[in-house]
Amino acid sequence: MLIHPEEILETIKMVSSENLDIRTVTMGISLRGCSHPDIDTFNENVYNRIMYYAKDLVKVTNEIQNLYGIPIINKRISVTPIAIVAESCDATDFTSVAQTLDRAAEDAGVDFIGGFSALVQKGMTPGDLNLINSIPRALATTNKVCSSVNVATTKAGINMDAVSLMGKIVKETAELTKDNAGIGCAKLVVFANAPEDNPFMAGAFHGVGEPDCVINVGVSGPGVVNSAVRALKDPTLGDISECIKKTAFKITRMGEMVGREAASRFNVQFGVLDLSLAPTPAIGDSVAAILEAMGLESCGTHGTTAALALLNDAVKKGGSMASSSVGGLSGAFIPVSEDEGMIRAVQRGSLSLDKLEAMTSVCSVGLDMIAVPGDTSSSTISAIIADEMAIGMINRKTTAVRVIPAPGTKVGDMIEFGGLLGSAPVMPVHNFSSEQFISRGGRIPAPIQSLTN
Amino acid sequence: MSSSRFIITVIGVDKVGIVAGITQTMAQYNVNIVDISQTIMDDLFTMIMLAQTTEENFDLSAFHQAMSEKGTVLGVEVKVQHEDAFRFMHRI
Repeated sequence: MLIHPEEILETIKMVSSENLDIRTVTMGISLRGCSHPDIDTFNENVYNRIMYYAKDLVKVTNEIQNLYGIPIINKRISVTPIAIVAESCDATDFTSVAQTLDRAAEDAGVDFIGGFSALVQKGMTPGDLNLINSIPRALATTNKVCSSVNVATTKAGINMDAVSLMGKIVKETAELTKDNAGIGCAKLVVFANAPEDNPFMAGAFHGVGEPDCVINVGVSGPGVVNSAVRALKDPTLGDISECIKKTAFKITRMGEMVGREAASRFNVQFGVLDLSLAPTPAIGDSVAAILEAMGLESCGTHGTTAALALLNDAVKKGGSMASSSVGGLSGAFIPVSEDEGMIRAVQRGSLSLDKLEAMTSVCSVGLDMIAVPGDTSSSTISAIIADEMAIGMINRKTTAVRVIPAPGTKVGDMIEFGGLLGSAPVMPVHNFSSEQFISRGGRIPAPIQSLTN
Repeated sequence: MSSSRFIITVIGVDKVGIVAGITQTMAQYNVNIVDISQTIMDDLFTMIMLAQTTEENFDLSAFHQAMSEKGTVLGVEVKVQHEDAFRFMHRI
């Protein structure tokens, strides 16, 4: 037999007991041809455009899942940032656009649709401002729409006016969805250096340099890496890195296969394969568990940043050997609410917001799915965003903030979101004010790192 | 997808008639066995087959369902996966 029985059983074990999955097949669709001054006509154009490409997304993806016996957990759509394509609308409230996206997502049967977004790292157009102001109502009146705002890049610096505004928008979004633990904030990301082809939510959008339609695939498998590391007998850190690289290679090959097949069936371009260790609430499917397998007593203790740096780098190296289309975020995610090991680390007092911030300087994204007390001020949230944007800007990497100031909650409470979003322990923030710093506004200029030409 | 060959794995507690039952269902769907290996691993009966169909309009989902129903009757877990799922992961 061409393939050894042990190899076959290894693959089957990865899927059946270690939670290897294709996390998402995300179809990127350009809406650039949809613009119209009348918002109703615009909405109709948007709906028709999405359905034209995505009507069979779920059916075809399920066929691929059956063919290979590899679960494909989510089917998603990303679209051109709405702030750009809705700019020419006469209306200033874009909530109906979000509702149109939601209806299209519902009718196509996908799990999420991303792209209720604006890119404002250097300044805001009227369309950008209309979109940002529409975010709270948009997220409160839809189920599947995800929103993101890019407020910083290494090339442009940090738009602190936008950072200040986003602190207020996050608070307002939490308030409008307070009956559901502020879940609107779980669908809102503030970015530095946002990738234009990321298939993962809530930050996916279809960038302006992308083709008309594209298939991006996100593949995951912290559980597989965790099992592989734990199976090593008294390894050195070099052995661990080698083991993670090999495992990442195998996982990535799966995504490559699914991506190619999906793109060929839809007759569109295969965009990127994003290999990100995205944890789920399932036991063992945890990035924290991998760090602890390396020898840390509890995630968040001294040494955690170093361990995460090793993990993130080894994942990238393995992935880049396995596919020439690796892109998006590709690395390790550390969303607290979605990672059973992270939740336990917070509860036992080993993992703090400050340590998470340090960790984001060496992993693929940022402060993700973190609940903070309901009475946290908007300026403090803006300041948390500003810190994270600074890490991304200086280190030429993507960083993001997705915090949930769930109304009425205090430190120690647990917030339940359900499903892949999991549950989040409310974490303390610093009580000293950042109000004056945030209210100064303006821009933090682009760093010296931007002068590369 | 470069071929119409599938890897069929059957895992479960050993008993009389597993091979007969599984291959009978395969025959009904005109699925040919290219290679077969069988071992007992961790006290579990493990059979791995490389199978092929030459039919142009092969109904994979019906075959899937028939095989997993047969597996339920026999008390074993049956998986049918395109060979590329393994080839991509383990071969360059």
